[in-house]
Amino acid sequence: MTVGAKRAAQALAVALVAALLGLLVWKVAHGSGKTSEPENFTLSRLDQPGKLELASLRGKVVVLNFWASWCVPCKEEAPEIEKLWQQFRSRGVVVVGVDSKDATEDARSFMRRYGITYPVVHDGGGDLWGPYGVTGVPETRLISRTGKFAPTQFAGAVKAADLRAGIEQALRT
Amino acid sequence: MRAAAAVLVVTVALLVAVPARASEKHPTLAELEGEVMCLVCATTLDQSHSPFAERERALIRRLIAAGYTKSQIKDRLVAEYGEEILAAPPQHGFNLIAWVLPIVGVIAAGVVLGWLAWRWSHGRKEPPTPKPPGAPPLDPELERQLDAELARFDG
Repeated sequence: MTVGAKRAAQALAVALVAALLGLLVWKVAHGSGKTSEPENFTLSRLDQPGKLELASLRGKVVVLNFWASWCVPCKEEAPEIEKLWQQFRSRGVVVVGVDSKDATEDARSFMRRYGITYPVVHDGGGDLWGPYGVTGVPETRLISRTGKFAPTQFAGAVKAADLRAGIEQALRT
Repeated sequence: MRAAAAVLVVTVALLVAVPARASEKHPTLAELEGEVMCLVCATTLDQSHSPFAERERALIRRLIAAGYTKSQIKDRLVAEYGEEILAAPPQHGFNLIAWVLPIVGVIAAGVVLGWLAWRWSHGRKEPPTPKPPGAPPLDPELERQLDAELARFDG
């Protein structure tokens, strides 16, 4: 191998490593859910026909509750979240259930069983987990009226009192 | 001999094709479990007994009972969970890279290894030893004696 070819191969290897590092940094920055603004989504609804776009809820406090029908703690919190939805819906708060990594008919059966009436979208592959920093179900995130993430993130079954306090705080900001 | 070989090839092809068709039309849970993923555990379904995996198994059982073919079951799973549910990426579009790249890699590695082997075997010829500058030519008598000695050793 000539000196020129060796230099070119070394430069190519360095460029490749730099590109991979850049990709890693980009992935960490955009995929961890640590950004202040949530990524917009448009997903099919399970509670009624059609789709729901997050951006259409701008101006309201959004409670995003990630759940699945196979998740045991989700059964505990579902009735509490429904109560809070009934309590706050007239005050500019929308609860959106994000059914994740779940089959639609199992999800609908769960919704009937626990009397869920708030909008629910289907994210069968769990594609929102990365952008929203979700690591499992159930998890709940709050989005302010201005479309920014509220600082509090509830991992595991959320206690009604904690979520109520979070919503009140988001309504004040 | 050729006829026997042809019969053997056809027999083997039939032996492979018949179960494949049967598997497509009447799939079993066991064979599908190795071809789809448990999304929560990031393993194939046959490796997991998580609540998600049990739900996925129940769905596959329902689809088998409803008479779905293997392709229809996979299509339904993809519609429910996305393409990540398949253990092997589908052989079209961007996913084709996952199938083609290993073959290209093996061929490229073979070409590179072959080239290196060729260079190694053809490029290591010792250069002729140059005569030391200013060395006097060998005396013809000495050269004759040297040849005779060498011939004696060879003989």
